[in-house]
Amino acid sequence: MMDQPSALELVTAVKEFIEKHAMPQLSGHTAFHARVAANALGIVARELEFGPQANAEEQARLEALLGMKGSLDELNRELCRRIRAGGLGVATPGLGGHLRSTTMDKVGIDQPTYSGFKAAQSRP
Amino acid sequence: MTNGPDFAPALEAAVTRAIKGVTSISGLRRLSGGASQETWSFDGNGPAGAMPLILRRAPGGKRVERSSVAPTIETEAKAIRFAAKAGVPVPPVPYVLEERDQLGPGYLMGRVEGETIARKILRDPEFAEARPKLARQCGNILARIHAIDSAQIPELKPTDARTEIEQYRALYDSYDYPHPVFEIAFKWLEERLPEEPRLTLVHGDFRNGNLMIGPDGVRAVLDWEIVHVGDPAADLGWLCVNSWRFGESQNVVGGFGAVDELLAGYAEGGGKDMTAARVRFWEIFGTLKWGIMCMTMYQAFAKATDRTVERAAIGRRSSETEIDLVNLLFP
Repeated sequence: MMDQPSALELVTAVKEFIEKHAMPQLSGHTAFHARVAANALGIVARELEFGPQANAEEQARLEALLGMKGSLDELNRELCRRIRAGGLGVATPGLGGHLRSTTMDKVGIDQPTYSGFKAAQSRP
Repeated sequence: MTNGPDFAPALEAAVTRAIKGVTSISGLRRLSGGASQETWSFDGNGPAGAMPLILRRAPGGKRVERSSVAPTIETEAKAIRFAAKAGVPVPPVPYVLEERDQLGPGYLMGRVEGETIARKILRDPEFAEARPKLARQCGNILARIHAIDSAQIPELKPTDARTEIEQYRALYDSYDYPHPVFEIAFKWLEERLPEEPRLTLVHGDFRNGNLMIGPDGVRAVLDWEIVHVGDPAADLGWLCVNSWRFGESQNVVGGFGAVDELLAGYAEGGGKDMTAARVRFWEIFGTLKWGIMCMTMYQAFAKATDRTVERAAIGRRSSETEIDLVNLLFP
C-alpha cells in the first residue's frame, strides 16, 4: 500500500500549481500549452476517481451482451468484430444502452463540459 | 523590409514586381492556423497607401505530400479565383508565385478584415444581427460553390462517400484500437450510401473557423486547402457537425442556425436536390471523420513525431464525437 498522498491528490496538487502559480507567469503559446496540460491532469484525476467503477460496469455489461468472459480490451475487440460482421447492430436490444452508458462514462472523464455530454444527460 | 524571416527580401521583390503600385512590404508575421500550409500576413506599401495582404505557401517553401484529395497550392488558388467569379465571397488572389520568385509554391491574397473565432461569432453582441442570417447565407454561398464548373479545374481530385468511408475505415483499422461506436457508425453509413449523387466542386472544410464573419454576415470563405470534387451534401453536413457548434448545440448549423434555413438558402442560391436526409448522412460521416482525425493527431504524439501535450490530449477528444454519434444513431 502506497503512502499518502494518493495519486489523485498528487495529480490535483500539480494541476492546481499549474493553474494558480505557473500559468499567470506565462504568455502566448506556452500559456496555451499550460492550460492544455492542466486540462489533461483533470482527465487523469477524473479517471483515477471514476475509472475503476466505469470499467467494472462496462465489463459486466459487455459480458452479458456478448455471453463471454474476458478483459475489457478483449471484450471490446469482440464487440467491434461482431458489429462489423453484422451480428450486432443499431437494432440489437441492449446495444444502444450499453454504448450510451459507456460513452457517457468516457466523455464524463474526458470532457465533462462538452455540449454533446450535456445533451446526452438531458435525455430520458 | 529590414528584418523578418529569411525569405522576406524575395517576397518583397516578388510583390513589388507583381502588384502595381506596391514599392515595399512591411509587418510580415506568421499567422497561426492552417496546419498544412504556411500563412503570413503583411502590408504592401506604395504611394496609394498600405494594401493588406496574405502569403500562403508550402511549408518552408517546399511541396509536401498531403491527404489523398488535397490539391496543390496552385490549384487551391485557381479554385478561389473561380469561386470569386461565381459570386462566392473570397479574398482576391492577385498573384500566384512563380519559379523565379524563389519562394516555393504559393500565392498572394487580400487580407479581409473580420472574425473567424467561433466563440466570439456565436456569443459577442457585435455579431447579434449577423447570427440569424448566417445559416441561410451559408446555404446560398454553398450553392454557388457547387455550381462552379469543376471541369474547368481538371486538377481537382474526385472522391465519393464510398471512397471516403473506405479511407477513414483504413485509417481507423491501422490504429488497431477498438471503438465500438465508430464501428456502428461505419456500418450505418455503409448501409446508406448515397445513390450516385451528381458530383460537384466541394470546398471540403466549410465550417466555423474557416468563415470570416463581420457584423454584416459572411465576408469571406477561407481555407480552400482540401477543395475537391465530391458529393455537395458533404459541405452542408460538415457545417452541422456538433464539434463546430462550439457549445451552441441547439443551433444545428454551425451553432447559429437551423437546417431548414440552410436548405432554404441553398435553394435560393440555385442549389438542387438537397434534402435534410442527405445533410444528415454527411453530418454523421463528418462526426465520425473528426473522431478519427483526433485519433490520427494522437498518433503523431505516440509515434514521437510531435511530442506536445496538445497532441497527446486530443486523443481524449474522440469520445466527444462518440457521444455525438450515440445521440445521432440512438435517438
